[in-house]
Amino acid sequence: MRRYKLLSFNKLFIISILLFIFGCSSESEVSPPDSIDAQILHLGNGTEPQGLDPHVVTGVTEHNVIMSLLEGLVGLHPATLVPVPAVAESWEVSEDGTKYVFNIRDSAKWSNGDPVTSNDFIYSWKRALTPELGNQYAYMLYPIVNAEAYNIGEIENFNLVGIRSLDEKKLEVNLRASTPYFLGLLDHDSTFPVHKPTIEKFGDIDTRDSEWTRAGNFIGNGPFTLKLWEQNRIIIVEKNPHYWDTATVKLNEIHFYPTDQTATEERMFRTGKLHLSYSIPLEKIATYKKENPELLQIHPYLGTYYYDLNITIPPLDNVNVRRALAMSIDRESIVKNITKGGQKPAYTLTPPDTLGYTANAAIPYDIEKAKQLLAEAGFPDGKGFPKLQLLYNTLESHQQIAVAIQQMWKQALNIDISLTNQEWKVYLDTRSAMDFQIARASWIGDYIDPNTFLDMFVTNGGNNHTGWSNDEYDQLITQASFTANQEARYKLFQHAEEILADEAPIIPIYTYARIFLQSPEVKGWHPNLLDRHPYKYVYLETNNQN
Amino acid sequence: MPRYILFRCLQAIPVLLIVICITFIMIKAAPGGPFDSEKTVPTEILQKLNERYHLDDPLIIQLSDYLVNLLKGDLGPSFKYPGRSVNELIGNGLPITLELGIYAILFALFIGVIAGLIASTKPNTLQDYIPMSLAMTGICMPAFVLGPILLLVFSIWLEWFPVFGWGQSPGDKILPTITLGATYAAYIARLTRGGMLEILSQDFIRTARAKGLPEATIILKHGLKGGLIPVVSFLGPAIAGLLSGSFVVESIFQIPGLGRFYIQAAFNRDYTMILGTTIFFAALIIIFNLLSDIVVAWLNPRIRNGNDKT
Repeated sequence: MRRYKLLSFNKLFIISILLFIFGCSSESEVSPPDSIDAQILHLGNGTEPQGLDPHVVTGVTEHNVIMSLLEGLVGLHPATLVPVPAVAESWEVSEDGTKYVFNIRDSAKWSNGDPVTSNDFIYSWKRALTPELGNQYAYMLYPIVNAEAYNIGEIENFNLVGIRSLDEKKLEVNLRASTPYFLGLLDHDSTFPVHKPTIEKFGDIDTRDSEWTRAGNFIGNGPFTLKLWEQNRIIIVEKNPHYWDTATVKLNEIHFYPTDQTATEERMFRTGKLHLSYSIPLEKIATYKKENPELLQIHPYLGTYYYDLNITIPPLDNVNVRRALAMSIDRESIVKNITKGGQKPAYTLTPPDTLGYTANAAIPYDIEKAKQLLAEAGFPDGKGFPKLQLLYNTLESHQQIAVAIQQMWKQALNIDISLTNQEWKVYLDTRSAMDFQIARASWIGDYIDPNTFLDMFVTNGGNNHTGWSNDEYDQLITQASFTANQEARYKLFQHAEEILADEAPIIPIYTYARIFLQSPEVKGWHPNLLDRHPYKYVYLETNNQN
Repeated sequence: MPRYILFRCLQAIPVLLIVICITFIMIKAAPGGPFDSEKTVPTEILQKLNERYHLDDPLIIQLSDYLVNLLKGDLGPSFKYPGRSVNELIGNGLPITLELGIYAILFALFIGVIAGLIASTKPNTLQDYIPMSLAMTGICMPAFVLGPILLLVFSIWLEWFPVFGWGQSPGDKILPTITLGATYAAYIARLTRGGMLEILSQDFIRTARAKGLPEATIILKHGLKGGLIPVVSFLGPAIAGLLSGSFVVESIFQIPGLGRFYIQAAFNRDYTMILGTTIFFAALIIIFNLLSDIVVAWLNPRIRNGNDKT
């Protein structure tokens, strides 16, 4: 009896080992073929996308997949980001810049062959603005007359919203003010069209939890269609034969891998499993710079890392204190010794060269002046300065920057700052309740225009966590939204930015950079501020230099 | 014995209920919500979202609704992944996590028991010191160190195994199994050695030796069953620990298992997902502890009989 049991124990081992070996040798359809001839792009895509519904999701990794499956009225040029025709082959703008008429091309089709019509956009934008859907990016459509009122439930009749169909292929859009960046918004997920019969097959206009985005259900109008989606493993999109511009699309498939562990992703890239990584571990940058600089890509990105100052509490209610703090940070040293990923020191909120706009105003690095300002505020050589708390969300890089700044303030101004870290959601809660003195923050632009940064700090702006309010600043931002002339608008922004630098409710620290690894075979992947890469222009080609 | 099993099963129900209530209250008490993001969501939108998911209901209503749905087997929708239910997410990740866990525990048993046996037959000699020192190294080496080292050597330098995946290319299950199983193999080796040393010093073993039985028979036939009791007691919590603790290994090797959801859900305030995975892992721990108790009772008649008498 016992002998039998012992044998069965051994048998169990043998069977499991056999199972293990056979289990290991099963090949699935997702093994990367790594062939340039096959034109299959393998992309590291950060975290697993929350979903693929353009009116529900909010993140970058979701956007990266969605832009292969759906297309807006207007696209962006892959290098210059200038609006180019997409679903709309042309458009007319009224003289005052508040009325657009889009001409939808006849060849624009859904991936099931249905034509894309103006009514598709009306339905889609209605869906994007439906309050019950809870679209967190609905504000991208707010420049349209009454869009905001409909979204926040002030009006219930969608016919009052400024869009209408002139015919099947003509869409009229009325804006509440001339919005020079409006065309740029039309390349954002929340303005993308969705296929009405598909949405209604799987739910209602306001169903968040619909299954329409699953592979097999998804009907899109982009250059690719959804072939496979295995959560936390892979998303595969394949060329859409019904796309109006198939001649331009060279890739046959794109494989998106969720790669939230940068070290794993770097190993995948190193062993040839990825053509492009989403990111790169900080500690690997120096090695790549030295050994394979051609693979390392560092490009400016439309985002600013800054500190919010809570100006409702002393001593931060004193402008001299705020300016003293802002002036005594050695940003060059931070980007050179801490972030080390190609970031640029920021002396203004808007990143330089945002669609040709670079702020003239700047908060200088001037310790002597900072000391003088602090003395004027009643704290000569830091005497009597209360101990302030600097809040950041728990992350090593934020901590390193906070420690460096703590030291800089101690050395330059002889003031003590204590550091507090909080887990992400707790930090968000604390920050929105303004229960802090100084807090880390960052902002990534939604569209390429200084407005995406500067309208944040209008009085009671949803993302203005400083308590700061300035009438002149508010007026300048409002005036800019009614100004069609680019030069005149930029002048207004320059003035607003001067006020922001003088009043210093925030301390800009650095401008973001996108840093990733790219195989030399990838062509048509142009660096740009929005890090937007329309896949129809991307292709793989043997690198001649190799 | 059946009474004992029934009693233990009934005991599990209040334990699970307490786990659910405590988890529910704790996650609701934590600051921040599932829809908070760096970019502030307009109040009206936030309100609609809270209404949709009944997050604005009183806590007691939310809890009772949850329990009623739970009885129907519905763990609710995920907040983080709209369009996916918690049942579906657990259903997708579980088979992979289970498979990984089973391979890891089999690997751990295979290596651990053999190493323990080898060490116990010649205590305090080189044959004992070498496997036990290796075991100590194994215990001290966390998965996030061992995994990348194995990857560097076997995947990048030697190119024997793929650097990521699970069931996607040949051999991709080997390194994750070793990484996850190594620590447990080390524990099992030490437990086997300890258990065997105790058994081998007992009178009945001395009698067996005096009868002139071959050493292999003494160890494998008479010693092993008693010597493995500490290992079996350890296996219950170990299997539960392996399954719930596979997060690191799943991250290192890009494995689409359940462990990753478990950790991410807490950071995302994905309430239903936190509850779903917590209930699931709590049940798992209870079941495996029960199973290991039953096996120990079967292996050791003194425990079994003792329980029958009570």
